[in-house]
Amino acid sequence: MAKYVVKRTILAIITVILISAITFFTMYAVPGGPFDSEKALSPAVQAALEERYGLNDPVPVQYLNYMRRLVFELDFGVGLKTGRDVFATIMTGMRTSAKLGLSAAAVAIVFGLVLGSLAALNRGKLIDRLVVFFSTLATSVPSFVLATLLLLIFSIQLGWVPAWSASNPNYILPVISLAMYPMAYITRLTKTSMLDALNQDYIRTARAKGVANYKVIFKHALRNALIPVVTYVGPMIAFIITGSMVVETIFSTGGLGQEFVSAITNRDYTMIMGTTIFLAVLMVVANLITDIVYKIIDPRISFD
Amino acid sequence: MTEKMPKKNLFSSQINLSKFTPASEDEKRQKEVMSESTTFFKDGMKKLMRNPLAVGSIIVLVLLIVTIIVAPMIVPYGYEEINNIDGRRDRTAANLGPFQYSETEQQWMEETGESRFPHIFGTDSLGRDYFMRVIYGTRVSLAVGFFASILVMIIGVLYGSIAGYAGGKVDLIMMRICDIIYSLPDLLMVILLSVVLDETLGSAIEGTVFASLGSNMLALFIVFALLYWVGMARLVRGQILTIKENEYVLAARTIGTKPPRILRKHILPNCLSVIIISVALQVPSAIFTESYLSFLGLGVSAPMPSLGSLANSARGALTSYPHQLVFPAIMICLIVLAFNLLGDGLRDAFDPKLRR
Repeated sequence: MAKYVVKRTILAIITVILISAITFFTMYAVPGGPFDSEKALSPAVQAALEERYGLNDPVPVQYLNYMRRLVFELDFGVGLKTGRDVFATIMTGMRTSAKLGLSAAAVAIVFGLVLGSLAALNRGKLIDRLVVFFSTLATSVPSFVLATLLLLIFSIQLGWVPAWSASNPNYILPVISLAMYPMAYITRLTKTSMLDALNQDYIRTARAKGVANYKVIFKHALRNALIPVVTYVGPMIAFIITGSMVVETIFSTGGLGQEFVSAITNRDYTMIMGTTIFLAVLMVVANLITDIVYKIIDPRISFD
Repeated sequence: MTEKMPKKNLFSSQINLSKFTPASEDEKRQKEVMSESTTFFKDGMKKLMRNPLAVGSIIVLVLLIVTIIVAPMIVPYGYEEINNIDGRRDRTAANLGPFQYSETEQQWMEETGESRFPHIFGTDSLGRDYFMRVIYGTRVSLAVGFFASILVMIIGVLYGSIAGYAGGKVDLIMMRICDIIYSLPDLLMVILLSVVLDETLGSAIEGTVFASLGSNMLALFIVFALLYWVGMARLVRGQILTIKENEYVLAARTIGTKPPRILRKHILPNCLSVIIISVALQVPSAIFTESYLSFLGLGVSAPMPSLGSLANSARGALTSYPHQLVFPAIMICLIVLAFNLLGDGLRDAFDPKLRR
């Protein structure tokens, strides 16, 4: 077990280093320096600025310097277009985005498990068909289409849900748009693994010895059906993070996703770089934890 | 009969034929195979054709493909052509509803008595025929989906089959590389690379064939070629690891067949079904990614439309002209849904492991 954790952690660290390197060097490859702004600077000022930010050093040295500042001082640099500290911007954005993302994850898991189990327990009946139809449909709608349609129908046409404002944030529509795809996916996963579990011998044994139905379902079937669902948590977090970019832009929540998209639109390279590294680390850590938890809870897996 | 019997030795296991009677004609007929012999492919197709959802999605896709090929021949408007009458720009034609004519067009029709081809989906804010834009957007999205999937398939199959067939250290190293690429957050990297390649490629491709594709499009394909083949490579490798243990591969090796031929003739045909299923499911995911990037403004370059960029530009006038969002949105959902259902159907029909 310890060996697996160490191995997996090393892989994660390599991935993070690789991501930061790719990010840094691709950003470096962009033509034009960060100070080629619309306003022409005098050569002296330009030189001073380049000296100040170490832009004259060789690229690998610049990369190491950037990484050193990033790791030890949490210094992600200053947004080129906004002039704000990148790390502070990320943290402010995360306040909204974390709430949004975690609620979406919770909604997706809870509803996915319930719907999936319902479909499996009522196999072939109307409720099963409805759930399957609904989840197939939901996996075919991109989150930006769903978000725009929800905004159009419930916020603009019907006026049931007020539009997002900083003083009165309404999480319902963004959370639904973010949670829909992972929820449908978890529903399908739960259904298959639940059907699988219900066919096992131990379920028959439990029923044969007269265990109450709800106990069979919750204690024996669902617990084992949960294992494949756990593996999806890591990819789900990644999906929610990338999905939040468009969803936050559509609802203009002012979270990190929206900041990232506007940084892309404005070609604010330090902001893009900082956010990419931050989110990538988040995703890699989520995947690492998922993998380790999976190994712990599934006794059938050998730790090699 | 009995006189032909050789003499039976004591304790020999020779069968005493006198205890058997010849089979009657009736009994012989029972052994006849009534149905035609079937191949794996025929059998799978039969199963696929019995799946109504899969057949439905095939019909939808065929209809869509016919429409995007035929429609530009029938409809007299171009996707980037601003509505004009005899070369004069029609300033009243912006943001028309479906099947509406602009004031100038109505005047023109009354004056000349001729009829004009209707704007089936209306027009956009610049007065371009929206039906044609959606049709071309569908073309672009489908093309991206297909070519990206084929690219992914070629790279993934090559890489996976080499790793799987070589085995040992080569396999270990190749799969470690896969592991690392697999753990990269793909969409973030796609965004990053699109931003950068968009800047750097723009001047490099000017004047070449690729210029018409646009640097964003090219960046998209490069990104797919760099990142998305990993899943396919892993799948193919896993298949090959099991297939290469079969006796017929051993037989081929014994008579001195070269590895590339063994791969082509004996191994790849046997994992073809898995590859086809995976490609069918790759298409919608590529379309998803493309529309996502177009939505962020990193997709195809204007005036070329894609379904994602159409949906994005419709967002500006959401309150007044919601139909401009609805058409591309329905189109994306329809394509993705059809491919997903087709992929599921193919998997049910062709994956022997799932057969019950």
